[in-house]
Amino acid sequence: MATDTGTADSETLATEDGVRRRDFINIAAVSAAGAGAVITLVPLVSQMAPSKDVLAESTTEVDLTPIKPGQAIKAMFRKQPLFVRNLTAKEIAAANAVPLSDLRDPQSLEERTKDGKLNWLITMGVCTHLGCVPLGAGEGENRGEFGGYFCPCHGSQYDTAARIRKGPAPKNLEVPEYKFETDTKIVVG
Amino acid sequence: MVRIIGFFVGLFFAVGVLWAFATGAYTVASQGYLKEKTAETEFHRHPAALHLSSDGPFGKFDNRQLQRGYQVYKEVCKACHSLNHVAFRDLAELGYSEAEVKAEAASWTVPGIDPNTGEETTRPGTPTDYFPKPFANDIAARAANHNAIPPDLSLMAKARHEGPAYIHSLLTGFTDPATYKNEDGKSLKQEFPDFQTPPGLYFNPYFANLNLAMPPPLTSDGQVTFKDGTPATVDQMATDVAAFLVWTAEPSLGKRHQTGWPVLGFLLFATVLAFLAKKQVWARARVRRD
Amino acid sequence: MSFPWAQHYQPKAPFMRWLDEKLPLPRLVYNAIGGGYPVPRNLNYAWNFGVLAGFCLVLQIVTGVILAMHYAPNALVAFDSTEHIMRDVNWGWLMRYAHANGASAFFVVVYLHIFRGFFYGSYKAPREMVWLLGVTIFLLMMATAFMGYVLPWGQMSFWGAKVITGLFGAIPFVGEPLQIWLLGGFAPDNAALNRFFSLHFLLPFVIAGVIILHIWALHIPGSSNPTGVEVKSESDTVPFHPYYTAKDGFGLGVFLILYCAFLFFMPNALGHPDNYIPANPMATPAHIVPEWYFWPYYAILRAFTADFFFVPAKLMGVMAMFSSILVWFFLPWLDRSPVRSGHYRPTFRKFFWVLVIDLLVLGYCGGSPAEEPFVMISQIATAYYFLHFLVIIPLVSAFERPEPLPFSITEAVLGSDKKAVLGENTTPAT
Repeated sequence: MATDTGTADSETLATEDGVRRRDFINIAAVSAAGAGAVITLVPLVSQMAPSKDVLAESTTEVDLTPIKPGQAIKAMFRKQPLFVRNLTAKEIAAANAVPLSDLRDPQSLEERTKDGKLNWLITMGVCTHLGCVPLGAGEGENRGEFGGYFCPCHGSQYDTAARIRKGPAPKNLEVPEYKFETDTKIVVG
Repeated sequence: MVRIIGFFVGLFFAVGVLWAFATGAYTVASQGYLKEKTAETEFHRHPAALHLSSDGPFGKFDNRQLQRGYQVYKEVCKACHSLNHVAFRDLAELGYSEAEVKAEAASWTVPGIDPNTGEETTRPGTPTDYFPKPFANDIAARAANHNAIPPDLSLMAKARHEGPAYIHSLLTGFTDPATYKNEDGKSLKQEFPDFQTPPGLYFNPYFANLNLAMPPPLTSDGQVTFKDGTPATVDQMATDVAAFLVWTAEPSLGKRHQTGWPVLGFLLFATVLAFLAKKQVWARARVRRD
Repeated sequence: MSFPWAQHYQPKAPFMRWLDEKLPLPRLVYNAIGGGYPVPRNLNYAWNFGVLAGFCLVLQIVTGVILAMHYAPNALVAFDSTEHIMRDVNWGWLMRYAHANGASAFFVVVYLHIFRGFFYGSYKAPREMVWLLGVTIFLLMMATAFMGYVLPWGQMSFWGAKVITGLFGAIPFVGEPLQIWLLGGFAPDNAALNRFFSLHFLLPFVIAGVIILHIWALHIPGSSNPTGVEVKSESDTVPFHPYYTAKDGFGLGVFLILYCAFLFFMPNALGHPDNYIPANPMATPAHIVPEWYFWPYYAILRAFTADFFFVPAKLMGVMAMFSSILVWFFLPWLDRSPVRSGHYRPTFRKFFWVLVIDLLVLGYCGGSPAEEPFVMISQIATAYYFLHFLVIIPLVSAFERPEPLPFSITEAVLGSDKKAVLGENTTPAT
């Protein structure tokens, strides 16, 4: 209370019983206003979260039949590129040949693929450094020193298991959640 | 000075508008009536009351009814009317499971693009697709419907006065103009002997200008076989599809009502507190004796 | 700027003292709406609407900025993006209904605020500047509300834009090119929609600026009060905080209850069904009406159905409609009565209530179809409207005999015979 009169009154009457109840009403009224304001924030904040139509489009189906060994395609998953790559036996061997201790983000090819589908490498096409799209999925694109992907923005190099080997990126290309619906079809998300 | 100018400006507008009044009054006096009576003004009918579970501040949707209404839309209305703002995924709100929504979506054919040739083709719907339009464009719609475009139905329940009641009345209100009488018992044929329903149009007193390009869509009981066993009378089908269109127009209605009551309760509580606080603060407002 | 007995801001915490030296913002707030602003102690609940109008502006800016995050100002998708907000955006329906009904609420409280001013003579010296700025705010509000109504790009949006810009077409010589320039085309389309969106976003901040001037101008003479007698001594006033903050807090609660009742249970009651039909340049709705808060002016516009000498009816209507608000600017000089408050002006008071009824009649006619008897009724009501401000008010102020005024606010509050018992738990009359 910023008024002299008010403060003086409550101070002089502070010992009387009634005043506590009165102060309580003021505090309660202000608290109620505060609580109301906080609750109002819920819709104001959550309106920025993805809307229903965006969430509904969060699965992508990919047909694997046209992808031959050694080839890769780019699909769209949550408005971001998804790399689907059919590894050759040589590429699988190259990935398996690397000791895990040499890796910045140690993961084996088996951990990054599904059981029995070692040749299907499905990763996000988003460099873990600052989010550029690495090269290597398209026909004839530069696959970098390690034969996987190469990010032209800041020179990150990924190997045939899309693991970070060189450059500024901190992590391997992310493997999204997906499952094989049939042997030739995956559902991502 | 302001007042002198103002006085004349005021008189100018007042005399100007009273002059317009005089001319208007003269016209009224010479023609002998205030408003010309036409078949539309005399024989148009206001929609009959319709009670739905979504009515009123406590209203919420009856999912079984909405599912029946959806069935009517799917089997009857969709031949001509689009549902542009509704996606198959929205059907989950009617109580369908995820798998049912998927199956329902797949039972519709939506426009697609052949992934190999890039040509326009069709494919089964997926939950993220929106309900397909029955006509490729307005011209096609006009050509197929006696030069009238069947309106989109997504917002119909909000786009007409007393929306759901209007939909229900319109669907059940087709009648013969020769025998039609309005609420006052006046016969259309007697009052307006020249009134005619042009060929290709259908008489419906609930439609603003009485003649409507839509043929009666619900013609016989049992036109739809409801999965839940409800007898499909014309009235039942019209009511259910009206309820369904209330949902398509405002899917958030239930949540809105649900949110409203706690908000009002809280505000009432806070306002009572504010009143007590105000009283308490003002009790201190004394006039000083200096 | 204030009365000599106004309390002074005394920061206690060291940080607040430091801040006060560098940037005395808390001091400014304290002197504007805190303990440092002495306010007449007898303000009734009619004085709540200023604060409520400020609250409405904040509400509209907050919900409006949020809607702008999801809305797409393009004629092809504007309607769909509005429906996207209603259906898919989290709490989008709440944001949109809050904004649409917030506009109506804003106009309700501003109309009550204006009529408080009419009745209690708040426009009179020394507060003319407060009044002029207030009328300016109202004009800006009308422009903002009109452009906002165009944005959903429904049938009423489209035809509203067409009809209102058509008003400018009535201006002799420059009218038609002006209308085309305003629309950026021959009919409302993308160009118009985009500029309306841009201006609809900008103008509320201009309004906020003018509101600051409005409050600034108010603080020079201090608030008016129901007796219209100026403050004479400290016993006539109480500090704004906590007295009027508490009272405004209660008023805000009552306002929010009414507002939320509309928002949650009849959000479309004040709107028009046709605006849920996408804009169609090929078909005009059977019955075009603006939003309810424009109905009185719309009735004035339509009342001029006949050419008047050499002035065409259309131009008469447009001039009258704009003049009906512009005349408010001159009110402080049209009403020369030395008495402010309608409480003490028996003749003025009667005409005030006639004006209220007149505007309600105009509003009803403006919302009805342009047919008889509504046109004839609105013609009589329009004539009265202009006579009221430009003829009756000046004449009444010249000839009226006011009732005796109280000596001071304190006396009015306590009654002259109670002076002896000043000081014992007296709650001001409200």
